[in-house]
Amino acid sequence: MEARFLLGFLLLLSLSSFAFAIYEDQVGLADWHKRYIGKVKHAVFHTQKTGRRRVVVSTEENAIASLDLRTGDILWRHVLGKNDAVDQIGLSLGKYVLTLSSQGSVLRAWNLPDGQMVWETDLQISNPSNSFLHVLGNVKSGRDSLSLVCNGGSIRAVSSIDGLVVWKKDLSIDGLKLKHVFQPPESDTIYAIGFIDSSLIALYHINAKTGELLKHATQASSVDLSSEISAISSDSLVALDTSRSNLLLIKFMAGTITNHKLPLSDIVQDFSGLAELIPTKSNDIFVVKTPSNVAFIKVKGDNEIELIGKADEAGIVSDSLTLSEEEQAFAVVHHSNNAISLQVRINGREALTEGIKIEDHRGHVKRVFLNNYVRTDKSHGFRALIVMEDESLLLMQQGEVVWSREDGLASISDAVVAELPVEKEGGVSVVEVEHTLLEWLKGHMLKLKGTLMLSTPDDMAAIQAMHLKSTERNKMTRDHNGFRKLIIVLTRSGKVYALHTGDGRIVWAHLLTPLLQSESCPSPSVLTLRNWRVPHRKALQENPSILLVGRCGAGPESHGFLFIVDSYSGKVLETQILDHSIAEVVPLPLADSSEQKLHLVIDDKLNAHLYPRGSDALEVFVREMANMYYYKVENAKEVIKGYAFKKGCSTGSSAYCFGTRELWSVVFPSDSERIVATARRKINEVVHTQAKIMTNQDVMYKYITKNILFVATVSPKAAGGIGSAAPDDAWLVAYLIDTVTGRILHRVTHQGAQGPVHAVVSENWVVYHYFNLRAHRYEMTVIEIYDQSRADNKDVMKLVLGKHNLTAPITSYSRPEIATKSQSYFFTHSVKAIAVTTTARGITSKQILIGTIGDQVLALDKRYLDPRRTANPSQEEKEEGIIPLTDTLPIIPQSYVTHTRQVGDLRGIMSFPANLESTTHVFSYGIDLFYTRIAPSRTYDSLTDEFSYVLLLITVVVLIVAILVTWAMSQKKDLQEKWR
Amino acid sequence: MEKGKAMARRWAVDFSDSSSSSHPTVADPPGFARSAPDLDETSGSRQKKDAEAAWKAQKAWEVAQAPFKNLLMMGFMMWMAGNTVHLFSMGITFSALWQPISALRSVGKVFEPYKDPKVDLNAPRLLFIALNLGGLLLGMWKLNTLGLLPTHASDWVFSLPPAKEVEFAGGGSPFY
Repeated sequence: MEARFLLGFLLLLSLSSFAFAIYEDQVGLADWHKRYIGKVKHAVFHTQKTGRRRVVVSTEENAIASLDLRTGDILWRHVLGKNDAVDQIGLSLGKYVLTLSSQGSVLRAWNLPDGQMVWETDLQISNPSNSFLHVLGNVKSGRDSLSLVCNGGSIRAVSSIDGLVVWKKDLSIDGLKLKHVFQPPESDTIYAIGFIDSSLIALYHINAKTGELLKHATQASSVDLSSEISAISSDSLVALDTSRSNLLLIKFMAGTITNHKLPLSDIVQDFSGLAELIPTKSNDIFVVKTPSNVAFIKVKGDNEIELIGKADEAGIVSDSLTLSEEEQAFAVVHHSNNAISLQVRINGREALTEGIKIEDHRGHVKRVFLNNYVRTDKSHGFRALIVMEDESLLLMQQGEVVWSREDGLASISDAVVAELPVEKEGGVSVVEVEHTLLEWLKGHMLKLKGTLMLSTPDDMAAIQAMHLKSTERNKMTRDHNGFRKLIIVLTRSGKVYALHTGDGRIVWAHLLTPLLQSESCPSPSVLTLRNWRVPHRKALQENPSILLVGRCGAGPESHGFLFIVDSYSGKVLETQILDHSIAEVVPLPLADSSEQKLHLVIDDKLNAHLYPRGSDALEVFVREMANMYYYKVENAKEVIKGYAFKKGCSTGSSAYCFGTRELWSVVFPSDSERIVATARRKINEVVHTQAKIMTNQDVMYKYITKNILFVATVSPKAAGGIGSAAPDDAWLVAYLIDTVTGRILHRVTHQGAQGPVHAVVSENWVVYHYFNLRAHRYEMTVIEIYDQSRADNKDVMKLVLGKHNLTAPITSYSRPEIATKSQSYFFTHSVKAIAVTTTARGITSKQILIGTIGDQVLALDKRYLDPRRTANPSQEEKEEGIIPLTDTLPIIPQSYVTHTRQVGDLRGIMSFPANLESTTHVFSYGIDLFYTRIAPSRTYDSLTDEFSYVLLLITVVVLIVAILVTWAMSQKKDLQEKWR
Repeated sequence: MEKGKAMARRWAVDFSDSSSSSHPTVADPPGFARSAPDLDETSGSRQKKDAEAAWKAQKAWEVAQAPFKNLLMMGFMMWMAGNTVHLFSMGITFSALWQPISALRSVGKVFEPYKDPKVDLNAPRLLFIALNLGGLLLGMWKLNTLGLLPTHASDWVFSLPPAKEVEFAGGGSPFY
């Protein structure tokens, strides 16, 4: 009996084990991972005859990647930190990629084939500014080659082999800005040209091996110089003056400088406005972009200049490409409607023109990088890498798009979830059913073999393949479990993508802002997206749709616009340019008769505009208006203000426009507190119960309200990075504020703590993460909030008879008596994002999803963040699942949701419920995307994919046979008994 | 109980059968004297009936007391099972509840074989019922100690949905 007791206990223990993990062969069953690089800003081709052809790119997301030129796949990729923007990349010695980053202060070398970092040098630049990198071709000190980094008035020569600074020359002249460094072939002298205070031109001769200053000369310029230059040959360069209408041709032969002013209007006939020099390194040719066109200009002789080519103004010009000593090529790309024309000009003459049709959702061409290859007949072929407006990357070659990458997905700014269409009834043929049945049986036989360890490696491969290509998960229809959904994401470029949760493929993608571009809306940009219509019982026939909100200009007073987009197809249903600005979009928990959600758009004059515009929407809102409030967090002013709505607005007489009336404000003392983080509950979060049952059968009532705002403030001294303040000067104050009344429900001060603060609010609790300066560790604190005013509801008889006030509607104006329970723990990691799992009914226990510094997502059971934890829990508490208190939250390697994957530069985690209560979707995004489904309390309401149906079937059959046999035997025995 | 009942009935049936179902037309086998039992039918049968009644009463009391042993056994099992909710303790508790209930349901049948006009079955029946009720109470007590009886406020509010809120406030940091 004791043994059974023990067995029972063990069973219980095994059921409540905390770790959540998957087996290796389950990777990719429910999850997918997509890698991107972001918007490309530099590209260097590496196309030697042997080996893989590749292009090394650096992006706005601070990533460096090597792409396969044939397929566009990422060969390797590194994501530098947020503050480590790449300034320039270059190739050195044919095997290293050099990157200059952090405003020219860090130089790194990466091994070209595999992306390993070879060396890193901190150049210790005192005033990081426009630095540039120049890789010297032919300075060979031994087998080494030098790279020059110029910054202001100093030059550093760095060895390409080991990254050591070989020499350093500080020209120590105030206002000197070096512009160009070059080295004539077969020479040991480097020429450095710079401008001093935009009026003097300075030339320096420097020994390339030692850095010794050999000679220098300065000359006053005839015009004020701007910063744009273009080097046109080994001894001359072109600069623009500050008025951007005159060119200055500078020649520096034999230690003397001559400059010659050339008005642009002399060269380009119909010139007006501001010109722009396109940086090139080319043979006596430079490119000037004027508002009306792009001009290719050749320098002839001493001061002669000739216009050799023109292209119209919309053209995007690539960097120059050196084909041979005499030949320089440029690419000019034009974009019209849904076609790109690529024009390659060699020495200004048109050499090749190709037109390509591309999808119209990519927008305009933003950048182009040109590369050439030698055809079998020794002529030049060209390929161009094109960056589009939606940040996608295309490779064009021989008039077609070889590959394209949707790198816009690396900069997701917002995401919502939409349902897929309902499956049509009927239409499945018998043959299909038989076929799938056969497949199904075959599959399960294979699985059974796998579980019985009878399978061959071939079978194993077949099982794996079957798992991955399971058609069920990729269907374009809604499923019973709610596993298939659309994740609709908005990217920085304003493009909207719909991703399928099955495999992450793009169902539709649209760049909507070009549709709007007009005089009334000069530079549209999308701010956010929301669910507009979520079909429910009443309007199941309607397609779900989403709302995109944006503004037409940069300032907060520019007019806004709305798009309503069908979630199934991405079709634009409605476009509206608003006559007011957009400061905030407030989704209300109300819907009109066709299930369109009511939204209030708050403008910069604090008027609220109701959308959708319809009489029933207006009616619904006006009925509820007295109970609707708006609050505004003003980070800069350290103020939170609350408003009520009133009829009639200040700017117009529209019935849909409402005024606001300030009700309350919470002003934080700006000399001691600064808002660093706010968090609130998700508006659509479902809570199952309001009661929390303690171990001793006692009940605590949760204080559940959607109108609670968590605000964290830190002392101004500690507002900087960690280490900027002493523990005595740093404190963090956490507030819980009721956003209806402005009442501060709870306030707690953490002495010696500072940000960054990440917080998540759910049900009746807040979890936040910050740095503890005294302990030198990160800390996490949980605050649970309970309602004391309902605590008296403990009479069983009254509860049985229903005589209690627990279901009565609650209002924030009745004075809440709240009690909080709180506990803090150390946490090893710093945190990039924090979220909480949400399930359909809120029954399943919660997990906190933490984006760690390693770009992974960690699922931490809420039970670890339970204020009731004690060091020595009693037997009952243990049985209830209370974990003994430890000072540190454990990080269990199996509980990484992202298993071995990394979501580069993780920025957000999103959890949304499936129809199955046990399961929730987790979507995390950064440069990469990662999606998976997790079950915080295991899949208690469904059989897993791993469940062997065949084994069950066999068991059932065996049991039936056994029953039949024993029945027959007993019959026989009975008969014999009777005959006896 | 079951066995006792069956034996009693067979005995009784045999007895009446042999007296009623013998055919007068069929000759008795040689050496069989029918007159012999008929002789002391009046005095002998009464004596026998008295003995039977006494036996029945005794048996009925025995049957009535049987649940007591059960009770003791259950008590011991419950003590062994402990106060935590798991498979074993649940099984014990539910069997402790089920046994008295099923016994109480068949209380008529249990005492049927001992039905006799001369035997007063009410007292054993009451004892039987009382003992089984005791068993039921023991089971209930166990159920309560396991925390499975809805006697606390928590058992009535555990799935109470949160109350509706009257107000709604939306907002946040404006776009810049």
